Amino acid sequence: MLETLLPILIFSALGLAVIGAWRRVRLWRQGRPSPVPLLKGLAAMPRRYLVDLHHVVERDKVMSNTHVATAGGFVAAAVLMILVHGLGLGSSEGLGGVLGWALLAASACMFVGSLFVARRRRHPPARLSKGPWMRLPKSLMAFSLGVFLITLPTVGVLPEDFGSWILALALAAVVVWGLGEMVFGMTWGGPMKHAFAGALHLAFHRRPERFGGGRSTGLKALDLDDPEAKLGVETPSDFTWNQLLGFDACVQCGRCEAVCPAFAAGQPLNPKKLIQDMVVGLAGGSDAAYAGSPYPGKPVGEHHGNPHGPIVAREGEALVDAETLWSCTTCRACVEECPMMIEHVDAIVDMRRFLTLEHGNTPNKGAEVLDNLIATDNPGGFDPGARLHWAADLDLPMMAERGEAEVLLWLGDGAYDMRNQRTLRALVKVLRAAEVDFAVLGNEERDSGDVARRLGDEATFQSLARRNIATLAKYRFRHIVTCDPHSFHVLGNEYGELGGHYAVQHHSTFIAELYDAGRLAFKPWKGGRVTYHDPCYLGRYNGEFEAPRRVLAALGIQVAEMERSGFRSRCCGGGGGAPITDIPGKQRIPDMRMNDVEATGAELVAVGCPQCTAMLEGVVDAGAEVRDIAELVADALTEAPQATGETVRPQAVEVV
Amino acid sequence: MRPEQQGVEVAVLVSVGCHPITGRARRADQDARGLELALGLERQLPGSRVSLLHAGPRGEESEAALRGYLGMGLESLTLLEQAEGSDAIPALAEHLAAAPPQLVITGARAERGEGSGLLPYALAERLGWPLVNGLAAVETIENGVATLLQALPRGQRRRLKVRLPAIVSVDGAAPVARQSAFGPARRAELEATSVPAEPDRELAEWQLAPARKRPKRLKIVKAASARDRFKAAAAKAEGGGGQVLTDVTPEQGAEAIFKLLQEEGVLR
Repeated sequence: MLETLLPILIFSALGLAVIGAWRRVRLWRQGRPSPVPLLKGLAAMPRRYLVDLHHVVERDKVMSNTHVATAGGFVAAAVLMILVHGLGLGSSEGLGGVLGWALLAASACMFVGSLFVARRRRHPPARLSKGPWMRLPKSLMAFSLGVFLITLPTVGVLPEDFGSWILALALAAVVVWGLGEMVFGMTWGGPMKHAFAGALHLAFHRRPERFGGGRSTGLKALDLDDPEAKLGVETPSDFTWNQLLGFDACVQCGRCEAVCPAFAAGQPLNPKKLIQDMVVGLAGGSDAAYAGSPYPGKPVGEHHGNPHGPIVAREGEALVDAETLWSCTTCRACVEECPMMIEHVDAIVDMRRFLTLEHGNTPNKGAEVLDNLIATDNPGGFDPGARLHWAADLDLPMMAERGEAEVLLWLGDGAYDMRNQRTLRALVKVLRAAEVDFAVLGNEERDSGDVARRLGDEATFQSLARRNIATLAKYRFRHIVTCDPHSFHVLGNEYGELGGHYAVQHHSTFIAELYDAGRLAFKPWKGGRVTYHDPCYLGRYNGEFEAPRRVLAALGIQVAEMERSGFRSRCCGGGGGAPITDIPGKQRIPDMRMNDVEATGAELVAVGCPQCTAMLEGVVDAGAEVRDIAELVADALTEAPQATGETVRPQAVEVV
Repeated sequence: MRPEQQGVEVAVLVSVGCHPITGRARRADQDARGLELALGLERQLPGSRVSLLHAGPRGEESEAALRGYLGMGLESLTLLEQAEGSDAIPALAEHLAAAPPQLVITGARAERGEGSGLLPYALAERLGWPLVNGLAAVETIENGVATLLQALPRGQRRRLKVRLPAIVSVDGAAPVARQSAFGPARRAELEATSVPAEPDRELAEWQLAPARKRPKRLKIVKAASARDRFKAAAAKAEGGGGQVLTDVTPEQGAEAIFKLLQEEGVLR
């Protein structure tokens, strides 16, 4: 009886899956067009899945092995099941029953994997979604066990007519359950949807540069040429289709939630919930079915949306509240951690763009900062002519006078901040000690546009960027050095799209190079324990984790690493305009980071970013001092040993 | 029974502002506050209509500044196009007299040009309408009479009733203007009409120089204790030698002012 029933079951499940896939694809295609090489993407997909995605999943070894066993077993079992039970090739003479045995092995492997899934689901961590996901291990077992059992007679371990028809019917029911979840559910929505959408998401990813070890972190420019076009994302259908596909690929593992600084601080943001809300939006409905952690302080079930309805309502509630979007510090921890390579930050900035450019609704000090950027080219509203006041006594070489220099020192808006001025002065001292040929733009420099862009004001960003690019085009320099990772990121990764291509270095990278070239010499470190805080815009955004540590090592400092450091560094709370929009939470992000610092027992935390300095120094009653790497280097400077004697400097000679 | 509140026609006169530090053109702060007040009124009285009016030359810089007002949520602005250095008052008065709105809102003082703050007064005189300055809020408009809240120094408020049509001017006491959104601002329309330009002869004779900070009288506090210093800091600035003159003839009043100016060293 099963021989006749199985092909019908398998092919009807497959047929329904195809219909479901078609419906799902239509949902994604509601999005804006986005040109992606389809065939090339599909061809690259297996490698992206097996290598790039696996690298991320592998950070959790147990889960990685579980997933390899379950997913690998399932894919093999599904293909073999179609061949063996669907097409009846199991007993074919040519293959000699090899297929049947292979199917037994695959389903057994999947069953073992599903046992581990079940173990994990016994006491699931808070970051995992519950609801339908709780039945997944059972469904996996149903599929693997069902397939295993129906294959036993095929390979001849059990007689063909083993058991009664009741047993056969029970077995068929188990197989139906397994097929329902694993094949039908894959495209009609259910936990297994992640496999279908995820595979296509990897194929048609918006940032293909991220695969194969690459990095792609710059925001994509908004086309401002068409005055009639809507700016930013108002409704789910305003996302590009492959962004929608990306949202649908979410497997709700909650790794993003676990690393999100805003979530930890009790601000109303949970990256996982945000992505799920976008899925609700693209399919239409309410978020009541969501079974994971909510946005802190916001009960689930009150928000609803549809593909063509607003995501954020001007008044009342729609899909997401504006403060959720404004809580993000754009630290990219979620993106870094996401095994599905979903781009949360892109989506958040896209929605912020609409709120700022179309609604004119940037919260708290946002509007004031943007007005300042428009009127004075710096967020503080300071006199652009006062940009160099901190260096009145330093006699800095000016680009306008020199025309060219080896290094263009980009000061950033920290030039107006008294704390950052100390860092800048230290950096100038270091550059002078190494006899670097450098010059500054001085009053010709403007804000890089980082804050404007991340507050959604793409118009102001592009205006600042274009004027900066025009200024930079006037001068000749080998590379730009800056002590501001935000300027670094924007100049290096985001100006390219607008026509400005520069080699940009963070000051820690440059100092490390100077040291390696023997142009700097340091006194041995006499202070206490030191830890290092990786700025998001230096580390995750630009992959520079080594240079600051090399500089600290050169100073004779052994870094006591924090638990979350390197690519997993926790944000200081200063990025993405978060200190400006200032969405209240239960605690402050920099306080949490300072606790991380104190947990290492460090007396001093070395930083490499004016924002991080400001945020961490703002912590009341902190146990550690905050110093920029440039300051530590400047304090440790000593005469380079080989410099003495060789070079004779012109000196004033007393004339009698 | 509550008297029925009807929508009103509000015209907001806006100028091209000037950023105090960089001098770049922008939406003028007080005018933007005036528009904010009008938009609040539109919300408060359904059926109200807010229109924007500007008289002056059309240029890239001024257009960008004017669009700053449109970004607050309006679809169009009427631009009475005039040559640079023309007198805006006759053009505005003519336009307002042709289709009189019930309420005209304007900033107290422009950020460029003469910036004398006389425009609302000159306009009120020409049109023969009442004028209220330093407006903080419009409370109600019923049967052609508006109840207004006028801001006085030190946060004091005075409630006034004024028969419409009227001109009101706003200063820093009015609500802060909302953010201007880039998208709506550039989509909105500037409806330009050429108007006969009357050159501002007086302005042509003026000499313009950058403003200097005026000397400010220091408050000398001789306090022995923290309590005294706090009291001195929190106290109202006493006029000291001032006097209140009531029931005096204009000549006596003028004489008193003249004497004071001489004492203060303003007139020598």
